[in-house]
Amino acid sequence: MAQTKTAGAFDVRYIVAALMGTYGVILTILGLVNTSDAELEAADGFNVNLWAGLGLLVFAAAFAAWARLRPLVVREVTDEEREAAGRPADDR
Amino acid sequence: MHLAADDAFRLNADFFDYTIVALYFAVVLGIGVLARRQVSTSIDFFLSGRSLPAWVTGLAFVSANLGAVEVMGMSANGAQYGAATFHYFWIGAVPAMLFLGIVMMPFYYGSGVRSVPEFMRRRFGTGAHLVNAISFAVAQLLIAGINLFLLATIVERLLGWPLWVSLIVAAVVVLSYITLGGLSAAIYNEVLQFFVIVAALLPLTIVALHKVGGWQGVKEKIQPGPEQLSSWPGTDLTGIENPVLSVIGLVFGLGFVLSFGYWTTNFVEVQRAMASDSPSAARRAPIIGAFPKMFIPFVVIIPGMVAAIIVPEIAALKSGDEGGAGGATYNDAILLLMRDLLPNGMLGVAIAGLLASFMAGMAANISAFNTVFSYDLWQQYVKKDRPDGYYLTIGRVATVGATVIAIGTAVIASNYDNLMDYLQTLFGFFNAPLFATFILGMFWKRMTPTAGWVGLVSGTLAAVLVAVLSDGTLGSLSVGVLSLSGQGASFVAAGAAFVVDIVVSVVVTLMTRPKAESELRGLVYSLTPKEDFADPDEKNLPWYQSPVKLAGIALVIVIFLNVLFR
Repeated sequence: MAQTKTAGAFDVRYIVAALMGTYGVILTILGLVNTSDAELEAADGFNVNLWAGLGLLVFAAAFAAWARLRPLVVREVTDEEREAAGRPADDR
Repeated sequence: MHLAADDAFRLNADFFDYTIVALYFAVVLGIGVLARRQVSTSIDFFLSGRSLPAWVTGLAFVSANLGAVEVMGMSANGAQYGAATFHYFWIGAVPAMLFLGIVMMPFYYGSGVRSVPEFMRRRFGTGAHLVNAISFAVAQLLIAGINLFLLATIVERLLGWPLWVSLIVAAVVVLSYITLGGLSAAIYNEVLQFFVIVAALLPLTIVALHKVGGWQGVKEKIQPGPEQLSSWPGTDLTGIENPVLSVIGLVFGLGFVLSFGYWTTNFVEVQRAMASDSPSAARRAPIIGAFPKMFIPFVVIIPGMVAAIIVPEIAALKSGDEGGAGGATYNDAILLLMRDLLPNGMLGVAIAGLLASFMAGMAANISAFNTVFSYDLWQQYVKKDRPDGYYLTIGRVATVGATVIAIGTAVIASNYDNLMDYLQTLFGFFNAPLFATFILGMFWKRMTPTAGWVGLVSGTLAAVLVAVLSDGTLGSLSVGVLSLSGQGASFVAAGAAFVVDIVVSVVVTLMTRPKAESELRGLVYSLTPKEDFADPDEKNLPWYQSPVKLAGIALVIVIFLNVLFR
């Protein structure tokens, strides 16, 4: 029989959200406290770190929310089972 | 590509940039360790237990292709040729990805094969299988070498490490996560890489457009003139002066033979879709991948086009002022843009994104190589009927061997001035004949086993012959009898391989004995009952999960994009 379990922390969406969120925090802080005039000048007055950081934070939050609301179910399917027809339809 | 070690410019990375890059590598290695816990049987290791949802395999599908050549090569092309570079995505990729999802994938997934060479064995027997498996394995090692060389050269340029240190460090990192976790880790990392690459390139594109005054600014300032904003007929890109022939070259050479050959028979790509959890998810993977694929050019080509306007070195290069370029080439466009526009912090994300993209290509080559080596060569011709764990061990040994060999092929690749031409030529050798044999074998039930391998060999020989006769395509091996070079030569070589393969296969088929029809069920279109391909769940799927409807939407969007940027 096919075993099912949720992927949990191994869900790639949590990994993506964690990395992007961490980058977001670092960039936002850098944008707030560590932006030199030369850097602002280089991008025509656009605070790149701040905006990119905020964008990453929003993205990470959305991804984590998606992973939480729709957990990934991992089925461990063997070859024999794959050949047998009636697999349960699951919404992925 | 000119990537010499003595180049003047370096990116000014600081502590925060290094922290961001280090975080990325920590997560990549962490995924390998996590994935290892889930690896139990060899089917798990090689095809991720066929348990991945379609959006994951779809992104991995694009990311496996979003390697060094894609990011550096396409932004360079954008800087040099402008909007004609869009053809590599909208003509040279998306249609083939949709074709793979709709027509080819049911064959691969439905027949339960684990690799493309295995499909060849069942359709044509061991002759074609052996030829294909060996040529595929060789091609992967050569291409892994290109990716490794670019990865190491960029590390050298960004961080100032010597090339040989960069090569070994890069090889060790790629090796550790593949051996630790197999394809599961590779696919998960590809998904992660996709987002890191986008997080790197999207802000860069926005800042670059902001700096130049938006798309309007690009329109007004692009040099040498507005023809750089039209993708058709692309005479600069193809090097074919006649616009009609140029369009034919683009559609047949790039759009049909090279692109269909690459996307439909390249196991690096197909393997990702085969890790899906159902036939319809396998079909969806390349189709879902087609959506990000059609928008990638905006974050790759547009920065290149802007770099040619606002980066002094690239602008000088484009106006023919070699002195003002200061040794920079078009390949440096995106790096110079990062140097000029990004503050520390965002720079680190951009470096992590580039490193991610360069690792993606190599990891994909190595994992495809180890599947073909263990199942198609070792199990088939060397040691049959061993327990599952034996082949798993062979797979891990093959991965280590391939990585060591890739350091060697990286040294070969370092001898080429233009790696993009080299890569396209390799695709012509290996993918174009394979595609011809595939298409003929799938739709023509009479095609014989002998025709299978003779066609493949003669197609490859035809492409090699064109490359040898052309001007500099194979370095000093090319004699220059045909006045073709660069991209033009690789389009013609691929076309020759395709035509010769078809002609030879037809002639040989008419002289030899075909396989019994009963053996070809599931392998030839006309001999396979429709219900063999059908996923019983498919008609219950909502529209956004139906492969055919999704492909229709993708096709409409890509036609619209072609019209918009004509």
